[in-house]
Amino acid sequence: MNTRTTVVEKRKKALSVKPLKSSSTIGAALAFLGFNRSIPMLHGSQGCTAFGKVFFVRHFREPIPLQTTAMDQVSSVMGSEDNIVEGLKTLCEKSAPAMIGLPTTGLAETQGSDVNMAVGNFRKKYPQFDHIPVIPVSTPDYTGCTESGFAQAVEALINVMVPPAEQAGTRPGTRKKQVTVLVGSMLTPGDLEALKDMIELFGLRPVLVPDLSDSLDGHLVETDFSPLTIGGTAVSELPELGNSLATLVIGASLHRAADLLAERTGVPDYRFDHLIGLDAVDGFVSTLSEISGEPVPEKLERGRAQLQDAMLDTHFMLGLSRVAIAADADLLKAFSDLVDGMGATTVAAVAPANAPVLKTVAADKVKIGDLEELEKLAVANGAELLISNSHAVDTSKRLNMPLLRAGFPQYDLVGGYQRIWIGYQGTKQALFDMANMLLELERGEIEPYHSTYAQKSTATTSSTKTSELRHDGETATDHRGRQH
Amino acid sequence: MKAKDIAELLDEPACSHNNKSKSGCAKLKPGATAGGCSFDGAQIALLPIADVAHIVHGSIACAGSSWDNRGTRSSGETLYRIGMTTDLTEQDVIMGRGEKRLFHSIKQAIDDYHPAAVFVYNTCVPALIGDDIGAVCKAAEARWNVPVVPVDAAGFYGTKNLGNRIAGEAMVRYVIGQREPDPLPAGSERDGIKVHDVNLIGEYNIAGELWHVLPLLDELGIRVLCTLSGDARFHKVQTMHRAEVNMMVCSKAMINVARKLKESWGTPWFEGSFYGVVDMSHALREFSRLIGDDGLAMRTEALIAREEKRIDEALAPWRERLRGKRVLLYTGGVKSWSVISALQDLGMHVVATGTKKSTEDDKARIRELMGQEARMIEDGNPRALIDIVRDEKVDVLIAGGRNMYTALKARIPFLDINQERDFGYEGYQGMIELARQLALTLESPVWDAVRRPAPWALNKAVSSTDETVASHQPYEKDMATSAVEAGVEA
Repeated sequence: MNTRTTVVEKRKKALSVKPLKSSSTIGAALAFLGFNRSIPMLHGSQGCTAFGKVFFVRHFREPIPLQTTAMDQVSSVMGSEDNIVEGLKTLCEKSAPAMIGLPTTGLAETQGSDVNMAVGNFRKKYPQFDHIPVIPVSTPDYTGCTESGFAQAVEALINVMVPPAEQAGTRPGTRKKQVTVLVGSMLTPGDLEALKDMIELFGLRPVLVPDLSDSLDGHLVETDFSPLTIGGTAVSELPELGNSLATLVIGASLHRAADLLAERTGVPDYRFDHLIGLDAVDGFVSTLSEISGEPVPEKLERGRAQLQDAMLDTHFMLGLSRVAIAADADLLKAFSDLVDGMGATTVAAVAPANAPVLKTVAADKVKIGDLEELEKLAVANGAELLISNSHAVDTSKRLNMPLLRAGFPQYDLVGGYQRIWIGYQGTKQALFDMANMLLELERGEIEPYHSTYAQKSTATTSSTKTSELRHDGETATDHRGRQH
Repeated sequence: MKAKDIAELLDEPACSHNNKSKSGCAKLKPGATAGGCSFDGAQIALLPIADVAHIVHGSIACAGSSWDNRGTRSSGETLYRIGMTTDLTEQDVIMGRGEKRLFHSIKQAIDDYHPAAVFVYNTCVPALIGDDIGAVCKAAEARWNVPVVPVDAAGFYGTKNLGNRIAGEAMVRYVIGQREPDPLPAGSERDGIKVHDVNLIGEYNIAGELWHVLPLLDELGIRVLCTLSGDARFHKVQTMHRAEVNMMVCSKAMINVARKLKESWGTPWFEGSFYGVVDMSHALREFSRLIGDDGLAMRTEALIAREEKRIDEALAPWRERLRGKRVLLYTGGVKSWSVISALQDLGMHVVATGTKKSTEDDKARIRELMGQEARMIEDGNPRALIDIVRDEKVDVLIAGGRNMYTALKARIPFLDINQERDFGYEGYQGMIELARQLALTLESPVWDAVRRPAPWALNKAVSSTDETVASHQPYEKDMATSAVEAGVEA
C-alpha cells in the first residue's frame, strides 16, 4: 500500500524526559488479561506489579488481577526460581485459574533467572495442577515497549497452547465459521467489540486472541469479587485455533506470533497493519467477504458511505493541517495513515521503541524518543494538533495545541478504553473530533485592521455596549452568525 | 546499598514495631503480595520536592508507569512533575554503560532544567549489576556544582515502608543542615508575636490540603520551615535542622528523620494528624505545648475556639445526613486512627479499621477511639473487605485507590483516602469537603440503579420479588443471582 521508506532516527540523548514508553513487561501482562479466569504474575520485585497495577487501574478504571513473585534481597542474589514455584502454587491453590501468564522483568532477566526450569520444577512438585497452563514470556523492561511485550505474550501463548496440526488432528476450516483474530495492543476494548460486530455481520464466529473487550470493557457482573479476570476468550479455545477457517492479524507487531500460528496450524492468514481509515477498512471488509463468501452487508455499505461523507465534510479543516503523533509503533502507523489520507501531514512522529513497521509510517522521519522530543519537534515543525496519551496534556496546554488522547495511559478522562477508533464508524468519529479541535483554534482568522482614517463615533460604541448588556444572549448569537 | 545499611534502617528504635524480626516488616509471599517496593516508597516520600530534578536510574518499568501520577500539589515550581529516567537499554545492562549514561543524564537535566538539585533514585537492575550511584552523584556534583543526592532504593531491598526510610535517611545525610533559614520576610512581624519555626514530616500536600492548615499556622505565628515533602523546595529541606518542633504528620514512614533530628539537634517531635476537628485542634495544642510560649498558647486556644465553633455550625447540616452511617476504614498506619476521629466528628460509626501497617501505639489509639472491642483488620484482601461490608452492614468503604474498583464492582459506596485522590480533607475546612464527598457517594441514586435487576429479569424471577426491589440493603446476593438465573433462562 505504501512504498515509502521512512527514516527512523535512534535515541541520542542520555536522559529520557517525560517518557512515552511503558514497559514490555506490563504489555505482556495486559495480553494475559484478555483470557477468561486468568491472572498474570510478574516475575520480579513487588513494585513491578504494583506500578503496573496502578497504571492499568487508572486507565481502565477496573480492578486488575496481577500478582508478583515478590523477589527480595535474598532471592535477587541467590536465585529466584523457588519464588516462581511458590507463587504458582499459591495462585493455583487460592484461585484455581484457567491460565497463568508469567512475564519476566528486567530484574529477573538481569539476574539470569531460569523461568522454564522453575516451571518444570513446579510441574514435578505439584502434578495436581498440571491442568493449569503456565505461559512464561521473556519481557525484560530494558527492551521493547508495551506493544512488543503484548505481542511476545501472544506468541508465547500460541507456543504453549496451540499444538501442531498433525499432533492435535486439527484441520483448517473444520470449524467452518470460525476465524481466529490476533489483535495487538493498539486496539481498545471498544475497538475489539466493534471488530467482533463487523466480523459477525458476515456470519463468522470470531475468536479474539486476546479479547480485552470481554474482560476490561467495564461491565458490571453479578459476582461481587474475582481474583481473576471476569471475561475474555476461553482458554479452551486456544487448542482449537487450528480448526479455524482463517486467521486475521491486526497490527504489524503480531507478525512473529502470526508466523508461528500459521506454521503450527496451516490456517491461512490475512494481515492488516490497522483498521483506521477508508482504505484500511475497505481491505478488511473485502477480506471478510472473501473468506465468508457473503456479500458485504447493507449496514457496512451505509457506514462506508457515511465515512466518505465525513471525509468530504472534514477535509476543509484537516487538509494541509499539521499533526504531531507520539505512540507505540502500530498506533503511530495507523494515525499517520489516517492523517495522510486526509491531505494532512504528520510533521512530528515519535515512537518509544523501534519496530519494523516504523519504516512505513506516513512521515518523513520517525524519532525513537520521549514526549520532550515530541514537544520540540511539534514546535519546530509548526504542528497544530497532537495525538498522544494523557501525559501529553502539559505539552498541549503549554503550546496551546489541542490533544486527541490515544494509547496508554489515559487517566485524565473517563472512557478512553471504550473509545472506538476502527472501522467506518470509528474513523468517522476520529475525523469529526480532529476537525472540531482544529475548528476551535479559529485558524485563518484575520486580525481586525483599524484604519487610521476611520471615523470614530463615541455615540455608536456606547449604544452598542448598552445593547450588549441588555440582550446578552441575542448579541452573542449575532456575533456567531456574523462570523460565518 | 549494603545489607548492613538496610538492616540499620530496619532497626528503628523510635518505632514500636522494632522488637519484631528485621526481615523488612514481613516476609513477602510470592503469588499473594500487594503493595509497592522500596523504590516506590522512596519516590513517594521525595517526589513532592518541587524544584528538584528527580532522575530514576533504571529500565523503563520503574518510571514509565509511575511518573506524574500522584495527587501532591505545588504552589509554584512544577519540575517534579516531569518524569526523568535513564531508561536503560539492553546494551547498557550488558556492556555496563549504566553509570556513564547516568552521569550524562545528570548533566542533561542540569543543562535543560536548571534544577535546585538532582535526586538520583537507584532501582533493581543497576543495583544488581553494581552501578555505584553514590560515586556518580559525587562526581557529577563536583563537576557541575549542583547538589546531586543519591537515593539508593532498589525495589528488591524491601517494602515501600523501607523506601520511605531510605528517602528520609538520604535527606538527613545529604541535605538537612546545609543552610541556615532565611530571616523572616520584612513586614511579616506583628506586635507581641514571636514567630516559631517548625517542620511537618510526612505531609504530602495531597490535593493541596495543606493549604487548609497553613493559614492557621500563619495566624498563630508558626512558620513552617519545611514540609517533608509536600510543596517543599530543596533550600527549605536544607534548613530543617533549625526547627523548634517537628510534627510527624499522619505517618510513621519517616520516623527515622524525626528521631535523628532529635538526636543531632535536640528537636522535640510529636505525632499528630490534621484530619478531623479533634485531631486538628490537638495538633495545634501540641505545637504550643512543645514550644512553650504563653502568647502562642493563648492565641492557639482562641483560634481553636473560633474555628471549632465555625466548623461545628457549618457541619451541622452534613451531620444530619451522615449520622449513624456505618463505615469500614481500610488504610495504613496513622490514618487508621486519625481518620476515625474525623468520621466520628461527623456522627458516623466506624465498624472496623485496617491495621496492617499500624504500630502498637496506633492500635492503642484505635481502642481509645472505638472502644476495647474495636474490630481491626490485619489482612485486607478484597474478599475479606467485601465480607466485612456484608457482615457489618457497612454503608461506605473508605480505602486507597487500589481498592476503589473492587468496591465498585461489588456495588459498595467508596471514598478514596490515599495518594491519588483529588480532594483535600485536612484542617477544619477539609472536614466540609470530607462530608461532601461522603454524602455524594452515600446518597447517590446510582446505587439503587446498579443493584436493581432489569425489569424483564424481575418479571421472570420466581418469588419475593417485591421485597427485593423495595430493599435498600445493598448486597442481596439472591437478588443478583435470581436476575442471572432469569437471564440464563431467557
